Amino acid sequence: MVGLRFVNVSKKAGKKEILTKVSFEVADKELFVFAGPPGAGKTTLLKIIAGLVAPDEGEVYIGSQIVNTVPPGDRDVGMVFEVPPIYPNRTGFQNIAFPLEIKKVSSDQVKERVGEVAELLQITHLLDRKPSTYSGGELQRVALARVLVRKPRILLLDEPLKNLDAKIRETTRVELKRLQQEFGITMIFSTHDELEATAIGDRVGVMNGGVIEQIGAPRELYSSPRTVFVARFIGSPTMNLVDCGLKQMGERWILDASDFTVDMTAPVRGIGVEAMTEGLLLGVRPEDVILHDSREPRFFEGKVELTQNFGDERVVTVKVGKATLNCLTGKDRMFRHGQRVYVGFREEKAHVFCKKTGIGLA
Amino acid sequence: MPKLLVKNLRKVFGTFEAVKDVSFQVEEKETLCLLGPSGCGKTTTLRIIAGLEVPTSGEVFVDGRLVNDVPPQNREIGLVFQDYAIFPHLSVFENIAYGLRVRKMPLAQLKREVHETASLVGVDNILDVAGKKLSLSEMQRVAVGRSIVLDPKLLLLDEPLSNIDAKAREKMRAELGKMQKEIGIATVYVTHDQLEAMTLADRIAVMRNGLIDQIGTTGEIYDNGRTLFVAKFIGSPAMNLIDCELVYSEERGVLKSEDLALDITELGEAVRDKVEGKELIFGIRPEDVSVEVHKTNSGAIEAAVQLAEPIGAKSIYHLKMGRITVLAKDYSMPDVGVGSKVWVTFNKDKIRLFDKKTEEAIL
Repeated sequence: MVGLRFVNVSKKAGKKEILTKVSFEVADKELFVFAGPPGAGKTTLLKIIAGLVAPDEGEVYIGSQIVNTVPPGDRDVGMVFEVPPIYPNRTGFQNIAFPLEIKKVSSDQVKERVGEVAELLQITHLLDRKPSTYSGGELQRVALARVLVRKPRILLLDEPLKNLDAKIRETTRVELKRLQQEFGITMIFSTHDELEATAIGDRVGVMNGGVIEQIGAPRELYSSPRTVFVARFIGSPTMNLVDCGLKQMGERWILDASDFTVDMTAPVRGIGVEAMTEGLLLGVRPEDVILHDSREPRFFEGKVELTQNFGDERVVTVKVGKATLNCLTGKDRMFRHGQRVYVGFREEKAHVFCKKTGIGLA
Repeated sequence: MPKLLVKNLRKVFGTFEAVKDVSFQVEEKETLCLLGPSGCGKTTTLRIIAGLEVPTSGEVFVDGRLVNDVPPQNREIGLVFQDYAIFPHLSVFENIAYGLRVRKMPLAQLKREVHETASLVGVDNILDVAGKKLSLSEMQRVAVGRSIVLDPKLLLLDEPLSNIDAKAREKMRAELGKMQKEIGIATVYVTHDQLEAMTLADRIAVMRNGLIDQIGTTGEIYDNGRTLFVAKFIGSPAMNLIDCELVYSEERGVLKSEDLALDITELGEAVRDKVEGKELIFGIRPEDVSVEVHKTNSGAIEAAVQLAEPIGAKSIYHLKMGRITVLAKDYSMPDVGVGSKVWVTFNKDKIRLFDKKTEEAIL
């Protein structure tokens, strides 16, 4: 069992709290992603796992052992950094073999293990070459090989794809996931890119300002975000969020965003929001906003401000009164700038958040 | 008359031919994106238009005037750099007014012009704020404002969103799009990001190795990439491309690769004389491949799920059919996990065929 567990881990830098009471568990052989904007605390968290930074408070467990005082070299944790420290004057082979040589592994064994890892990562052609001839993706793979060759129990990757081209990022992401599955290692991965996070992670922890806002499977984060931050961070194009209040009209609960209303009876039912009639945010994903060309009951008049063609889909930005709403439509529907449209909502998919605390109510 | 006309541009650095033969034009109010991977020649082309590089040969016309020998500042071109180059110690007002002051414009007129421009780019409420206190989105607006206040005939933008993280980029892309509509100046926009090009451009010029592979609207480039390179470069995840041949027998036309046989008789007839004896590449976009758990379509092909990547409400499925891996983008199905058996259908209307040797599109 080589899972990992944090219990109320905090870390300050001077007076600034970098991590505040962070608790989570990563299962054996899980691919766990920490996602969040720059400055959320992702790198510090990874460094604490590796033992490069000591927490001020809390316990870190690897397997069943507390490792707070175990030095990095004895933790059996490998870490790949955003900018991998590769020796420029050594060949690929020498770079990858380096950690084994330090451990005085016999040269036959070094050859065998480097060869194995190189084959797996498809970098055998780089073994005799020096790093100055590598592309960004190749450099990243050599760095990864150097960590994997030690066969760590837990592998940490700090924004490993950040500096790669979009196209290479997509393929490397898939390679990493396949590698993790084949090797059966516990992998912890950090990224600022939510798409990458949900694509690769078994579970994702969304971080913001030193705390974990929510941990969940990708689909769960997307369909049931617990806070406004998670709602906004996960999903592209971003969820529409509009100021509103809640009114009871007979049997029905109506969200009033002044320029339009949404019947929230189904989502709101039974959660006791009677007290929360003001200071709310309505959250609707762009694919749950519907555009019609003609007026219909419970559709609201708006004007097209912008259309963005994504190739297979189109994002149409519509102004309804003071509110701006993004709507995802099929590529075959055409809209003119300034065109009048009617906007409706998939009401059962709508979310409500408290504006002040950011916490989701429905 | 086009606002910009570029004719047979060529630029050689030492022994490296950065731009080989590039021609295009930009009409009034049009935004043209130069899109391509690094090293394709897009930035060099932009720098030649701006007057920052001298072309080895070829001509640049701005609003009908040949500007090859005109220094940059006299070309009536506004240039917005990647880092926006805002003066940190000057206010927004002074940043926008800078070019007008250099031109010694009378104060009353200068004020009027700055206010007009500031409201156009949406910074009229922060005119007193210092450059160093601006958010990225405000800096972008000020940088555009500072260029257009000089009333240029043409606006050039060099990867203005490249240093911004994904979430902020989405917002700034939309803002830039709205700003363009308001301003209505002919624009050349350089980027390596295909999504940016697709969403912002009226037309896209896809560049590779110093040449333009194709110029067209987003729809044309996305649906009818004329070369294998364009088809591969545009779209995320990339188009599925599979080596195959088209075999005709008993009135049927079948696309055959080592592990796939797809009956495309109707399409096959239309291209029969064009594919004779050629090695082909069959292309289909991931969104045109659909996945289901139970076979409802007689033409469906069996596959095994190798990987499922959840992206929003959809998933990208990596599907193994023998030795071939095909990507499908479809709405997520909770019971389709790694290793499960699924049935795959290709939308035959969307099939593309390329000649493997020339890399040009046949269908």
